[in-house]
Amino acid sequence: MSVGAVLDVLAAACLLVGAGFALVAAVGVVRLPDLLSRMHAATKPQVIGLAFVVTGLALSLRDPSVLGFLALVVLLQMATSVISSHMVGRASFRAGQVRDDLLVVDELSESTQDWEGGRGAP
Amino acid sequence: MSPQVRVRADGSVRPVRYRAVQPFAIFWLTLVWLALWGAVTPMLVVSGVLVAVLACLAFPLPPVKLESRVRPWPLLILALRFALDVVRASLEVSAVVLRRRPVRNAVVAVDLRSSSDFVMTGVAAMLSLVPGSIVVEARRSTHTLYLHVLDVPDAEAVERFRREALAVEDRFLAAFEPLPAPPAGADRDPRTESAR
Repeated sequence: MSVGAVLDVLAAACLLVGAGFALVAAVGVVRLPDLLSRMHAATKPQVIGLAFVVTGLALSLRDPSVLGFLALVVLLQMATSVISSHMVGRASFRAGQVRDDLLVVDELSESTQDWEGGRGAP
Repeated sequence: MSPQVRVRADGSVRPVRYRAVQPFAIFWLTLVWLALWGAVTPMLVVSGVLVAVLACLAFPLPPVKLESRVRPWPLLILALRFALDVVRASLEVSAVVLRRRPVRNAVVAVDLRSSSDFVMTGVAAMLSLVPGSIVVEARRSTHTLYLHVLDVPDAEAVERFRREALAVEDRFLAAFEPLPAPPAGADRDPRTESAR
């Protein structure tokens, strides 16, 4: 088997695994009970799924000029998914869209009473 | 960032003016530009620097106070452990999604030991990227992160997560070793002082 064929098989495997993670993320968004749990499923397995897909692409394209571009895709996805999940989670918590019955402990609500102001960056 | 202010000659108080064009930002934006073009030619480098300067002038940001020394070997350990954590936790979240048992969560407060904004941002970003935890609130005054953690069956698991989060901070501090704090008053921005 030539090197090219091995790389093609590896690329196919990476693409499949990545697609699998994206599928799990989609299933999670449907199945999990509340917004914050869904954010876990929606952001994280999808990021690693994308990383796998991009790795598969790099292996199958085998073109050095696209490597920087593909690395940038993963890097920016990681940077933005952190911020978006934080903003959505923070907004939902402040809006009271949290199912208390699913929480074992809630150390944030216990401590928010003594927050001065409550808005902005404390 | 808490607002840093300067006092103008006429007595009015304004936010501190930052130097918008910072060398590291220019370098990084040029790198992004070259990665997008997928080639390195003199023309692309020149145009990249030009676009980077324009972007910095259009969207000025305060400089990041790093105040730490980067150590390569702990940084490598940090990166490898992080990659491992991401893969392991991705599988765990996938398992939680696919099993039938209902999931129990927790909101955990993690008091960071370091008092640096840079460390807090870095640790928060790393904890957020590891599946199973989301930063829902970050309190800057006490350097406390509040994380929503997926699949926490009992109080013992809460403590386990807290230990893991603090271990991430320890590795981060090992990779970005904080410099000794300057004497009081020495860290003032001279431009702020001269504006008085």
